[in-house]
Amino acid sequence: MQTSAVDIAWRPTCDFAALQLRAKLLAATREFFAFRSVLEVETPLLAPTTGTDPQLAFFETHYDCGLEQRTLYLQTSPEFAMKRLLAAGSGSIYQIGKAFRNGEVGRFHNPEFTLLEWYRVGFDLPQLMVEVAQLFDCWFAPYRPLLPTQTISYSEVFKRHTGLDALCFDFETYAAYAVAQQLADAVRLCGHEHSVWLDFLFSHQVQPHLGSKHLEMVYAYPACQASLARLNPQDARVAERVELFLQGVELGNGFFELTDAQEQEQRFENEQQLRQQKNLPSATKDLKFLAALQSGLPSCAGIAIGLDRVLMLLSENKSIDDVLSFSQNRI
Amino acid sequence: MAIYSTNEFKGGLKIMLDNDPCSIIENEFVKPGKGQAFSRVKIRNLKTGRVIERTFKSGETLEGADVVDVEMQYLYNDGEYRHFMVPESFEQYQIDDKTVGDVRIWLKEQDVCTVTLWNDAPLAVTPPNFVILAITETDPGVRGDTSGGGGKPAKLESGAVVRVPLFVQTGEIVKVDTRTGEYVSRFKE
Repeated sequence: MQTSAVDIAWRPTCDFAALQLRAKLLAATREFFAFRSVLEVETPLLAPTTGTDPQLAFFETHYDCGLEQRTLYLQTSPEFAMKRLLAAGSGSIYQIGKAFRNGEVGRFHNPEFTLLEWYRVGFDLPQLMVEVAQLFDCWFAPYRPLLPTQTISYSEVFKRHTGLDALCFDFETYAAYAVAQQLADAVRLCGHEHSVWLDFLFSHQVQPHLGSKHLEMVYAYPACQASLARLNPQDARVAERVELFLQGVELGNGFFELTDAQEQEQRFENEQQLRQQKNLPSATKDLKFLAALQSGLPSCAGIAIGLDRVLMLLSENKSIDDVLSFSQNRI
Repeated sequence: MAIYSTNEFKGGLKIMLDNDPCSIIENEFVKPGKGQAFSRVKIRNLKTGRVIERTFKSGETLEGADVVDVEMQYLYNDGEYRHFMVPESFEQYQIDDKTVGDVRIWLKEQDVCTVTLWNDAPLAVTPPNFVILAITETDPGVRGDTSGGGGKPAKLESGAVVRVPLFVQTGEIVKVDTRTGEYVSRFKE
């Protein structure tokens, strides 16, 4: 008898080897942080506000408790809640939990995914990068050892693969390059927005080359892509942000964290304005998070890593569906 | 015609791009954790057969193309057009040599082919995967050689030339794979 699609739709997307590998990875991660006295925490997945980043779409839920009716959002990242713990004096903390990003589905995306996020009080970005390399070694050495981790600045790697200056946007130069590379779509899609140009050219021309057999860390992002990172005090054109790549796949994003409440509020407001311009659903700024910054976030560095993608590369699979118990098309 | 958004771009979807009907081969969702989402799409132009790569912003839309595949029987060639018929409706289509293209060497009267129609106009013809054709011309093979090693060219009734084993003779009927242009076997009725 032939097996139809309906007959197998109840079955897990991944095999049991992937489930076992996930369990081992989680155990190794917890051991790694326990050894370093970093505290494991949990923060709410449902909250009355969420990130304002116009590039992230959120899930809205309805909370109904008699007289109390309100909208709650599934968190796109545990960042704000974890920083409230840091401001309250938790010391270094980590969390392994789910994050939710609406509409993101593909070979490397699932709208619900597992994030490992940690913050190191008193660390700067280079110190955090050393710890990240140690963690990757702990994950990969037993299965498929990687070559030594490499680090490179954003502008250097951008120049190497495109010949362009990432810090100085010139529409004519960028457009001429795109057309010559048969990427003329870029001109229509990116217009005069420097940051969108960087996203386009980096994802098409740079990222596929990063970390063929080693973890590649790209640091010193252009200031227009600072997100929640501090700007470099010596050179305000770049932000103290780092991204991790292995086999051309983006695995993590870290910051020397912005602790200035005023600057943070300004960035929220810019993002809210962008949301309005692009006709996106409005997002309320998280006032409790801002209050925590005002009361004082200790100087710290933090990073978030997508564990499903790490598992995918660890098991040499082609899609994160191969390491998820039930991917989006099987729920 | 329907409008499709990037998240509906799946392999096989027929859409209009630069005024030509196209078929989507694959669509990869590309999104930096903190940045703009794109769809990188591999697309086949159904008029030229060329494959191109294009990038769209997530949420961009394209118009669907009215492209359908219809099984039709090949009837005859009048010198200018080849005539095909839908067996169920007896509806006939005439297709010029340019549209038929390279596959014309496989066409045999009565065979059922797939004709791709765009707005009811023929866009392409796909012959059956296997065709049964008579050999009209080939060098006489060496007597007693049944091993099939080496082979020789043979001209078929439809005009195609394929390599056949040495023992296969003019007038014999053979089965050929049209996707690779390779001889499969002798055919016995």
